[in-house]
Amino acid sequence: MASEAVAVQNLVKRYGRFVAVEQISSSVQKGEIFGFLGPNGAGKSTTIRMLCGIITPTSGAGHVAGLDIFTQSEEIKHNIGYMSQKFSLYEDMTPFENIRFYLGIYSVPPEKWKERTHWVLEMTRLENAKHRLTRELPPGWRQRLALGCALLHEPQILFLDEPTSGVDPITRRHFWAFIRQLTTTGVTVFVTTHYMDEAQHCDRVVMINEGKIVVSGPPSRIVQDMFTDRIDADLNDVFIQLMTRNRS
Amino acid sequence: MNWIRVRELVRKEFIQLFRDKKNRPLLIVAPLVQLILFGYVVTTDVRDITVGLLDLSRTPESRMLIDAIGGNKTFRITEVIERPVDMDQLLLMRKVNLGVKIPPDFSMKIRKGQTAEVQILADGSMSNMAAVRISYMLTVLEQFNNQVIRELHPVKMSYGKADDRIRTWYNPNLDSRNFYVPGIVAFLIMLLVMLLTSMAIIREKESGTMEQLMVTPLKPLELILGKTIPFILIAQAQMIIVTIFAVFWFDIPLVGSIPLLLVATCLFLLSTLGIGLFISTISATQQEAMMTTFFFILPFFMLSGFVFPVANMPKIVQWLTYLNPLKYFLIIIRGVFLKGTGLEALWPQFAGLLILGLIVFWGSVNLFRKRLD
Repeated sequence: MASEAVAVQNLVKRYGRFVAVEQISSSVQKGEIFGFLGPNGAGKSTTIRMLCGIITPTSGAGHVAGLDIFTQSEEIKHNIGYMSQKFSLYEDMTPFENIRFYLGIYSVPPEKWKERTHWVLEMTRLENAKHRLTRELPPGWRQRLALGCALLHEPQILFLDEPTSGVDPITRRHFWAFIRQLTTTGVTVFVTTHYMDEAQHCDRVVMINEGKIVVSGPPSRIVQDMFTDRIDADLNDVFIQLMTRNRS
Repeated sequence: MNWIRVRELVRKEFIQLFRDKKNRPLLIVAPLVQLILFGYVVTTDVRDITVGLLDLSRTPESRMLIDAIGGNKTFRITEVIERPVDMDQLLLMRKVNLGVKIPPDFSMKIRKGQTAEVQILADGSMSNMAAVRISYMLTVLEQFNNQVIRELHPVKMSYGKADDRIRTWYNPNLDSRNFYVPGIVAFLIMLLVMLLTSMAIIREKESGTMEQLMVTPLKPLELILGKTIPFILIAQAQMIIVTIFAVFWFDIPLVGSIPLLLVATCLFLLSTLGIGLFISTISATQQEAMMTTFFFILPFFMLSGFVFPVANMPKIVQWLTYLNPLKYFLIIIRGVFLKGTGLEALWPQFAGLLILGLIVFWGSVNLFRKRLD
């Protein structure tokens, strides 16, 4: 328990007769970058939403930051940060106002507001744009701000749901450099994506399809295990092979 | 309950409301413009009745009648025609409201002591207006009859008669504006609060920030409070401004207690905010919420007694009106404005608003919380 940031056993989510997530068991170590991969509709978002306490699982067991996802979802929310592909910011407000709002909502003690605001503006390099409207900022800047807002309360675990959709490759590279740096401070990162080149940044990945785990492990080992004869193979090949095999 | 979270949510809501330059005038100016517009338009007073006249008699008696009509400040003889067929045209083309036809034997019959017929033609396509116009014309004829009797048969006036002394309380001049303007105030508050509340929540859903709020420690009750407190404040501000305007611009008497009016507004808001919350729960987009709001507002309007008296409705519909918060609020607002009624007479309406408000709000909050999961 102590070294596991996230642990789930036989997690199931059903909507009526449709099974979105079927018997997922996995664990994430503290300080790890954990990739959750799969095609659209594979159950990635459903899983991440169960872990964040947005939706309640149908059955199974799960702990996030040592807290039960069935009974302690309120406590979990104090310990996690969440950022989705929508960069959920108030676009008609300035970065400064957004930061202030989330500081209040995350119940950061008011005496720390000044210091945290300064930290986010520094980290996102938005000091000079802090009084402009968020909707006028380029997508990359908005992404940094959304990430900053998700880290205001210094969460132990950061959940990222397809964080890099719709941003350019340079911004994406900066983004991953930042994530890597973040883990050195002990933060665990749980990320979903369907960009396989990005999955290379993860310490460990799990691939799911139609609600089930199909493979897991460090990216390089997964590739080696599947393509023993090819040197130029990468995660993309693994992904395509696994997903097409499952569909047929 | 963490009040800092509620405070920050309220703060954010105000920033967003006033950030949009188009929104700013909407909040204060729009209700005023509507009040002024409706204040002048929504009136059932019948004034300035145009009359088309056909005098086939052309005698001192018929001239006396014409003077009686023309001398009354409500009537205006705009057309004088020669041929009976022209009367049809006048009414058809809506050139006059009433047609008065004096037959050739008018004077002859009167002089003989017989009853002479005067034909009054009214455009009945607007039934209420026609009825009022006809009754005004009957009053004029009544006066004419008295005058004729006095002048032609002075001897017979020796006996006494009953004289009616009518006093209408609370609205001495029977000014329909005094009746409608307070109602408009209530209706505007309802419309604006329902729209603004549902929009404020839908906007979060559409932009994905609602999902973000779900992963924060923010509790559903705090979210609901943060989303409703701004509109309670705005509605009260609108109530005060619009009331001031009604009193000083339209000279509507405000006899009763203003604090009582504000308490009633609070109770009324309980249901209105509840409905707004409900609309935002069942709608996915702003357009949908807008359509739903209008779907709701029309029956509320029709069954409130704002224009059509509840007492005239079929029994079953009358029972339905007990579910209408606008009905209670209208009775309160009219009572406080015109009669200065206090709680001792209005408590059933206050109780109605409170009970209805608690049920609607509680139900909507529950549904809202359930949908969040």
